[in-house]
Amino acid sequence: MMGNKDSFITVDKVSFSYTGESGAAEGTALDQVSLNIAAGEFVAIVGHNGSGKSTLAKHLNGLLLPTSGDVWVAGMNTKDEQHRWDIRQTVGMVFQNPDNQIVAATVEEDVAFGPENLGLPTELIRSRVDEALAVVGMSEYAEAPPHSLSGGQKQRVAIAGVIAMRPRCLVLDEPTAMLDPVGRREVMETISRLNEEEGITVVLITHFMDEAVKAHRVVVMDEGKIVQEGQPAAVFQEIDLLRELRLDVPPVIELASRLRAKSLALPEAILTVDEMVTALCQLRSEV
Amino acid sequence: MVPVATFRHITIGQYIPGESLLHRLDPRTKILVTLLLVVGLFFIDTYLGYGLAALYIALAIFRSGIPPRFLFRGLRPVIIIILLTFMLNSFMTEGEILWQWGFLTLTKEGLSKGGMLAIRLILLIVGTSILTLTTSPLALTDGLESLLRPGKRIGIPAHELAMMMTIALRFIPTLLEETEKIMKAQMARGADFESGNLLQRARSLLPLLVPLFVSAFRRADDLAVAMEARCYRGGEGRTKLKQLAFHTTDFLVLVGSSFFVLWLAFSM
Repeated sequence: MMGNKDSFITVDKVSFSYTGESGAAEGTALDQVSLNIAAGEFVAIVGHNGSGKSTLAKHLNGLLLPTSGDVWVAGMNTKDEQHRWDIRQTVGMVFQNPDNQIVAATVEEDVAFGPENLGLPTELIRSRVDEALAVVGMSEYAEAPPHSLSGGQKQRVAIAGVIAMRPRCLVLDEPTAMLDPVGRREVMETISRLNEEEGITVVLITHFMDEAVKAHRVVVMDEGKIVQEGQPAAVFQEIDLLRELRLDVPPVIELASRLRAKSLALPEAILTVDEMVTALCQLRSEV
Repeated sequence: MVPVATFRHITIGQYIPGESLLHRLDPRTKILVTLLLVVGLFFIDTYLGYGLAALYIALAIFRSGIPPRFLFRGLRPVIIIILLTFMLNSFMTEGEILWQWGFLTLTKEGLSKGGMLAIRLILLIVGTSILTLTTSPLALTDGLESLLRPGKRIGIPAHELAMMMTIALRFIPTLLEETEKIMKAQMARGADFESGNLLQRARSLLPLLVPLFVSAFRRADDLAVAMEARCYRGGEGRTKLKQLAFHTTDFLVLVGSSFFVLWLAFSM
């Protein structure tokens, strides 16, 4: 079986448990998770610490293999040894700590690390590196040592390092968790641009709800299970459920819900401040 | 007063960027010539030979465009050793006595031998400094990897050594920054890194080293996963962004220097 036809990544009834030193299972991190991700989609996976969202992310490029169930990437099963490197090239991964994923002592050497591992010819590596740095807006720092960069810049370099391998999908595991607001904005803008302009499928693991709002689809996880899934507008209407799962509700959405409770006729799809302003102005002009 | 502030401006190696002939040479050429020079210096035992070797090194310094004060900076930490070598040899060698005071006897042979050893040490240090001053740590790593590659058959892990050096170069500034952070945090809670005797000071470093090691291991773990995610699978089949290029100049410098140093070593 090859997974769902329309699906680029298929997660099929995947369970995973971490094993302790004795080899005994130590708690289930994923419990019968099924998820389809289409090519070009922007999916956000949210959940509290320990909900299994990072474990799921590591399954998408075969860094972890399911205890039971299957993960298919572009028709390749992650359990299949011979596809391991094809899968890792197809699904690139960016991690939380920008410092711990930069390998080389200059920016361009680091971006070149992936293409070098793929064994590409020197001229091609050069053009891929220049291109990737341009996409994330870091061209002028090509020769800088990574420790001289800000957190947001380092994370953009990490993204460039993955982009240089020409992946079709980018999985980002809480890429903004260690960044300041400026860095967060830089990284989020880069991710959105990659999705919209380069057509790269994006899976964003995050615990910032205002980031999840930008996705096409939000998947909510709790205790190793998917508990809610849908368009941001729909998922974020269920404020009580989010609260129960100890997730923050973006203030705008909460305000909209309170105003609705006061019988103000606001539309369901309010996710951002701009949308709120437009809706309120319309209401006023109707009065 | 506090050593904390000094960490920020630390530079790895002593590379001084430039565009000189020496800077542009293939790192392999420079490593080989330096190696030859180091070995050659041990075979020379006439003052004329050392004079010629010094002239050769002076020419290299001149062509490198490196201000000579940088070269002598490298001598500062070993000046005591050089002086000690000179004194010991001058006073301990038997021969024609020039000057005597108590048990100290200065001999002509001793003076000559001590002087020669001191010059040898100075030339060794200055000669190797030219290599590290004109070659970036990255180029040096690439050069070493390439030179060690034939040794793979006898079990020299060339790629792994080079990868370790690259990662060390990358993480030294990060770990220094972290040390600074932990030091400040411990100082804020009353830790004292400066007073007391040697033993007490060593003990006071413990609350600094433990968190530093814990964090370094965590970083190593993260880095390994990130490298695997980027398809790292050892040196096999790997290509390079910057390929080393051996030009005609390299050939000329290598052959010319080899002949000169060999001639010095065997005839002087």
